[in-house]
Amino acid sequence: MIDPLIWLILLPLAWATLAFLLGPGRGARTAIAGLSLQLWLAFDLAMKIGAGGPALHAVGGWGAPLGIDLAADGLSAVMLLLAQSVALPLALYARAYFAPDKTETRYFWPLIGFLLAGLNALFLSADLFNLYVTLELVGLAAVGLVAAGGGAAQVAAALRYLFAALLGSSMYLLGVALIYGAYGTVSLVTLEPLLTADAPRIVWMAGGLMLAGLLLKTALFPFHYWLPPAHASAPAPVSALLSALVVKASFYLILRLWLGPFAPLVGALAWLPMLLGAGAIFWGSWQAIRTPHLKMLVAWSTVAQLGYLFLIFPLLATTGALQAGVMQAVAHGLAKAAMFMAAGVLIKATGQDMVAGLAGVAQRLPLTLFSFGLAGVTLMGLPPSAGFLAKWLLIEAALAQGYWFIALVALAGGLLAAGYVFRVLRQAFLLAPVAYAIAAVPRTLEWTAFALATASVLLGLRGVELMALLAAGSAP
Amino acid sequence: MTLNEFLPLAVLASSLLPGLIIFALPENRVGVRTTLNLLAALAKLALVGILLFGVQAGEEFGFAYAVLPGLDLTFKADALGLLFITLSAVLWLFTTFYAIGYLEKAPHRSRFFGFFSLCVTATMGIAMAGNMFTFFVFYELLTLVTFPLVVHRGTAQAMRGGMIYLAYTLVGGALLLGGIVWLHSLLGHTGFTHGGVLATLDSSTHWQLQAIFLLLISGVGVKAALVPLHGWLPQAMVAPAPVSALLHAVAVVKAGAFGIVRIVYGIYGIEFAQSLDLLTPLAVAAAITIVWGSFRALFQDDLKKRLAYSTISQVSYITLGISLFGPIGTIGGLVHLVHQGVMKITLFFCAGNYAETLGMHKVSEMAGVGKRMPWTTVAFSLAAFGMIGIPPLAGFISKWYLGLGALEARMPWVLAVLAASSLLNAAYFLPILYRAWFMPQAAAWPEEHILMQGNRETARLLLWPPLATAALTLALGLFAASSLSPLEWVKLIADREYLTWTP
Repeated sequence: MIDPLIWLILLPLAWATLAFLLGPGRGARTAIAGLSLQLWLAFDLAMKIGAGGPALHAVGGWGAPLGIDLAADGLSAVMLLLAQSVALPLALYARAYFAPDKTETRYFWPLIGFLLAGLNALFLSADLFNLYVTLELVGLAAVGLVAAGGGAAQVAAALRYLFAALLGSSMYLLGVALIYGAYGTVSLVTLEPLLTADAPRIVWMAGGLMLAGLLLKTALFPFHYWLPPAHASAPAPVSALLSALVVKASFYLILRLWLGPFAPLVGALAWLPMLLGAGAIFWGSWQAIRTPHLKMLVAWSTVAQLGYLFLIFPLLATTGALQAGVMQAVAHGLAKAAMFMAAGVLIKATGQDMVAGLAGVAQRLPLTLFSFGLAGVTLMGLPPSAGFLAKWLLIEAALAQGYWFIALVALAGGLLAAGYVFRVLRQAFLLAPVAYAIAAVPRTLEWTAFALATASVLLGLRGVELMALLAAGSAP
Repeated sequence: MTLNEFLPLAVLASSLLPGLIIFALPENRVGVRTTLNLLAALAKLALVGILLFGVQAGEEFGFAYAVLPGLDLTFKADALGLLFITLSAVLWLFTTFYAIGYLEKAPHRSRFFGFFSLCVTATMGIAMAGNMFTFFVFYELLTLVTFPLVVHRGTAQAMRGGMIYLAYTLVGGALLLGGIVWLHSLLGHTGFTHGGVLATLDSSTHWQLQAIFLLLISGVGVKAALVPLHGWLPQAMVAPAPVSALLHAVAVVKAGAFGIVRIVYGIYGIEFAQSLDLLTPLAVAAAITIVWGSFRALFQDDLKKRLAYSTISQVSYITLGISLFGPIGTIGGLVHLVHQGVMKITLFFCAGNYAETLGMHKVSEMAGVGKRMPWTTVAFSLAAFGMIGIPPLAGFISKWYLGLGALEARMPWVLAVLAASSLLNAAYFLPILYRAWFMPQAAAWPEEHILMQGNRETARLLLWPPLATAALTLALGLFAASSLSPLEWVKLIADREYLTWTP
């Protein structure tokens, strides 16, 4: 009997190590085989949870408090599915993207394996300290991926990223230590009945530290300063991974703690993330509309789109709000990966990364431009796309509770997104003499981006199963 | 899945699938693409024919499935939807022929025809939408798939027009979405029903319903080009002629007008809308648009721009008819949905012919063109007379019912609006006709692309579609009383909307 819970963590660790030993060529093949298995495991787990409710696994047969518990509910299953579904096409893309003899290729496969192991473990962890370990693993692997290219800009961006990541996780760790000092446990289940609204001041401080650290790691405005350079200077497959999945990990953690043990404390705080989220939408979109660089545009769009995730916090009393947040996380994950992948193709083909240099690309790379457009449809929240369903759910939850200005922010954000998406499409449709020789690009690059973009749109036609999975029980 | 569930989906698929296949076709596979286009258009017509017979016999065609818990994508081919579907399917066939001729040897035809098919798919979805949610999905899809068509030429001017088009329609879409979600949160669903669904709501929600009405109508009013939301339409003129024809007659502005019809009849219900005092402001907005559009058309020298302002004016006849409380006004408005489409598509086909054949874009260049291109000019004249409302052409039928409807609704000022608009119609169309038929050719044609071939003034595929639609303009007027006419169909719809109504 294979338990997907444990294998979802062990498999990527195994192929990461193998990839390091085998070198990039065979390493890539191993990684793709491993990722395919993981995708199957994630589906398997989702089916099980959908049918039988939350799953639990005591590592080595030792349950908490002595051993380590792994737990999965609907929310974890959705995030696991998202991570594996983005990672597999991305791996195929990366294999065609990287030249086999470069150093960045050598480090890419082991690092992405560790990153995925960290992500999967994070979605499955059931105590605050394990969550810290996984968070750190994800952060370090991500910094390594940004730095792997070795260029001056990349190393500078990576250092900035490293600083933000370490600061964020240390704040989180400090909070965990304070909680442990106060209650003598870090298990989410055990903590839940202990934490009440009249908790000692030290617990409030711990919660504040953890929240601030995680917000920094999620790059919520105004803690976003490290994200655009890191995501824009990394190679396209890495940018895709960071924007689609890594920032979602800390968001998932905030959500998990907010709804779980810290629920009695956070009532009055809910407006803070919402206001910052609104700020992120406006500031991020505005920067995306202004920047002259294509990848910078996509990276700023991530800053803006992360804002939507935080609009849900004052609304969490209705189930629609959680659905909206998770749908947005999934929609953005798929679409942003696709968009970075498409941007990578455009940059590889034209040999430059200015938006202005894209004139006439529509004729040469129609499929890639189409993928970019489809991903853009999701980001703008236009139907039929998963982004639209997320927006619908969000606006409905907001109106149901009378917070019409949240609905206004969501609607305005969609229009701003149209501003930067159509900036690119408009340039590409111009019938201008192409300023740069357009190099041939491997077909795999175009089709994998297309697959993810299509997925982000088609999910908008069928969100029932995903929502049912999300509703399949809360954390045990 | 039963046949009655399958047919609406087949109508959608009959343009969606060919569109997707066409995208994948290489540019030079002209034969395959043309065959596919025409087969698809004919298949759709056949499907629509089956639906028409079915609905007349009282069959119900519909299909629904859940997108989210409690949120359904619903398709329903009812009498009103079929009116729009039939119009689109018929005119799509003509426009396909025309576009094949128009774009002969032009670049990017796969992209063009791919989006062209998607555009028709979106229109079909709008027509068959069974609730506001479904309507919105296809309404926004229409915006997205028409953008590449509008900017098809890829010039800086085309981009500017396309961007203005997007700015208007996306903001309109956001307003519409706000209204729909608000409605959904009040009602729990947004389904269209005869006589509306809102009358049962508590009277304390009435101010909200009025606000929602404003949001919804502003949202669809952008596409319907209600003044002051009409600014995009004259700018979108940069599109190639078949696209303009489709935009003005079938797809975009009609989607907006049809949206108003659905909101008033399917959501609010005509009687409830009247009791909330919503119809008179709508009628005033329509009247202002009618007069303003016609007035602006007077001063346009660019032929397509003049036609664009004329569209702004003429589409609002539909809105006007809807906002006249009473079955006769309804008949006038709905029948104009069909009549305006047929007449306006003829005019745009002809304008395209002048431009493609002789390089003629301006009214001032048209002196003597009636001798050089008599058939095109005959078609143009018929459609223009129809627009003015001269009997026995299609436009006369619309105006007749609108006038009667105004009297029935006790709004005599509407008659003045109709009269003024007809005069203005004459004032901007008759000089064109006079110039074309009676003035001698003043200078060489601006740019003669297609020379006379024997007795034929232009390419076959450019000539036949406008002649056919012009003949249709005549037929719709002459045979308005026949049992197969749109007028009869519209009377059927009006009967069902006013079931409980007694004058």
